Amino acid sequence: MVHHLQNLYEVLSKVDGYIYPNEIELNWSILIVLYPYITGLVAGAFILASLERIFKVHVLKPTYGLALLTALAFLIVAPLPLVSHLGKPFRAYEIMITPHISSAMAIFGFVYLWYLMVVLLLEIWFDYRHDMVVWAGESKGFKRFLYRAFSLWTTDISPKSIALDNRIGYIITVIGVPSAFLLHGYVGFIFGSIKANPWWSTVLMPVIFLFSAMVSGIALVMFIYILLTRIRKKALDMECLDMIAKYLFYILIVDFVLEGLDQIHRIYEAEESFEALHLLVMGKLFFTLFIMQGLIGTILPLLTLGTFQFYKPKEQVRKIVYLVISVMILVGIFFMRWNVVIGGQLFSKSFYGYTTFKIGLIGSEGYLMAAVWVIVPFIILSFLLWLLPPWKKKEEGHEIQVS
Amino acid sequence: MKKSKPDISRRDFFKTGAIIAGGVVVATALNPIDGFLFAAEPAKKKGKWYGIGIDINKCIGCGKCALACKLENNVPMEPFYFRSWVEQYTIKNDGSILVESPNGGIDGFHQKVPDEEIFKSFFVPKMCNHCAKSPCTQVCPVGATYETPDGIVLIDENYCIGCRYCVQACPYGCRFVNPEKGTAEKCTLCIHRLEKGLQPACFEICPTEARIFGDLNDPGSKLHSFLKNHTCMVIKPNLNTGSKLFYNALTPEVR
Repeated sequence: MVHHLQNLYEVLSKVDGYIYPNEIELNWSILIVLYPYITGLVAGAFILASLERIFKVHVLKPTYGLALLTALAFLIVAPLPLVSHLGKPFRAYEIMITPHISSAMAIFGFVYLWYLMVVLLLEIWFDYRHDMVVWAGESKGFKRFLYRAFSLWTTDISPKSIALDNRIGYIITVIGVPSAFLLHGYVGFIFGSIKANPWWSTVLMPVIFLFSAMVSGIALVMFIYILLTRIRKKALDMECLDMIAKYLFYILIVDFVLEGLDQIHRIYEAEESFEALHLLVMGKLFFTLFIMQGLIGTILPLLTLGTFQFYKPKEQVRKIVYLVISVMILVGIFFMRWNVVIGGQLFSKSFYGYTTFKIGLIGSEGYLMAAVWVIVPFIILSFLLWLLPPWKKKEEGHEIQVS
Repeated sequence: MKKSKPDISRRDFFKTGAIIAGGVVVATALNPIDGFLFAAEPAKKKGKWYGIGIDINKCIGCGKCALACKLENNVPMEPFYFRSWVEQYTIKNDGSILVESPNGGIDGFHQKVPDEEIFKSFFVPKMCNHCAKSPCTQVCPVGATYETPDGIVLIDENYCIGCRYCVQACPYGCRFVNPEKGTAEKCTLCIHRLEKGLQPACFEICPTEARIFGDLNDPGSKLHSFLKNHTCMVIKPNLNTGSKLFYNALTPEVR
């Protein structure tokens, strides 16, 4: 607390122009940057999985299971930065039991639970039930117990029941696609609906969030797929990777166009807040917006992936480029969230001045804590991959449905 | 003793159950629509409806209101937590605008710009606008912020989860999170004083009577005649927050 106040005194000495006195404190810090980032990764990864399942892009098969498990690992972590950021974390459940319906944030619990319970868990369960029954027979000890428990002690692996699993799994995926759209479009609405903040208040915000979510989620699965295949010492399925890259390219174009449109609209209309936002973008946000988000996260990947659409270098080169590009996009989208969340709080709502963002290494809102929330999903994913390795799945399960 | 059966048939039980369940479903389905309409609803027209008037021409920038507020309401004394503060506007001859509020005006003001460079200068006391369609109430995820029937926006600190969404949603910068409590805080219009028939602290202490407080629906109130006799305006009217803080002599520089 003393440290917190010292911090604020330091920020107070660095204020540019005039800001309302209560604006010295930045209310949403790095944890709230992570929240839309992680949720976006979930939505994006899920949409990649559904490309295979619903839109029948079968070359993406090697990443289907991986994408689902990635989505689950990150979804489990998604609300944790939010809850740990609350002033009263132990009252977090109030948002579920007494939601205030005019609040965009109140719906979070429901959208989240719907997505976790109805979409992801069910889809993964139906997808893996058959395998879990088989694996339970092949394993021993605790692992065997886990398979038994997670398959809810079902043992029926007759073709009829497997066909039913597939049928239900397919229906859930169909429900899942709009749900993924809802999940992340909704996160965008949390920001887009704040009329007090001209940097956030745009009707395009949910759509921008959605497309950037798809971009980041697909890049994440691409990154994990390349890395994981390398760790497993297996050959990469280049056809699959090229296809992911193609989708990444198209969705990145849409994302770029939408964000460009938002800014062009802002500049052309040049409303009351324009001057303040212009100075913000050219000053405090220049590096994170133009360099990290724009150049590294968007322009360079666009040019590279675009070139690959008509000129394909050797496999070895493509592999490395894909790995680098996926990391660049992941970094770029992180800074996109940064620019929205932090950027939206750096200028005063009086439009007369700016505050500074200051963050420490330690503390519940420091860099280390943020790093923890980024690392934890990977630990969960490792566990999920150990328990439910997609590459060991019995192939016939899905094939019946899709082929 | 024989156990008595409840006097209800199975059919009735299911019927009642179905009606209740159906009602819940319908109410759940309709409620979110109401939620969307929050800011689209017209403001209240009947009953007691508190509003505030501030005469910019009368404010001398003594900052007593900001101090009185802090003392009366136990607001942290640090210079970044205010329920009420005063801003000094200085418009220079070249058109540039300088706004200041050192320690919210509590320690008084010192004009740094030489007289000959000043086009005009004035003070603007700021506080919660007690909006009729307050964006902070709209966004509170648990309903800890609410508007009383007589038009005061309050926070239930035993209920607030400290998500800070309301702080983001207030266009006027009137909210902050209390560093000790971890919950949001704002002007209560000194409701504890109103209940005793007293004026809010900042109104009572104002030496020039620049602040007028009253019932907007009462034609006999001081506020009513203040609004009638002056050209009053709210800050950021374009946001349609239903602000009930009316300023006399408000110029477009004030935001």
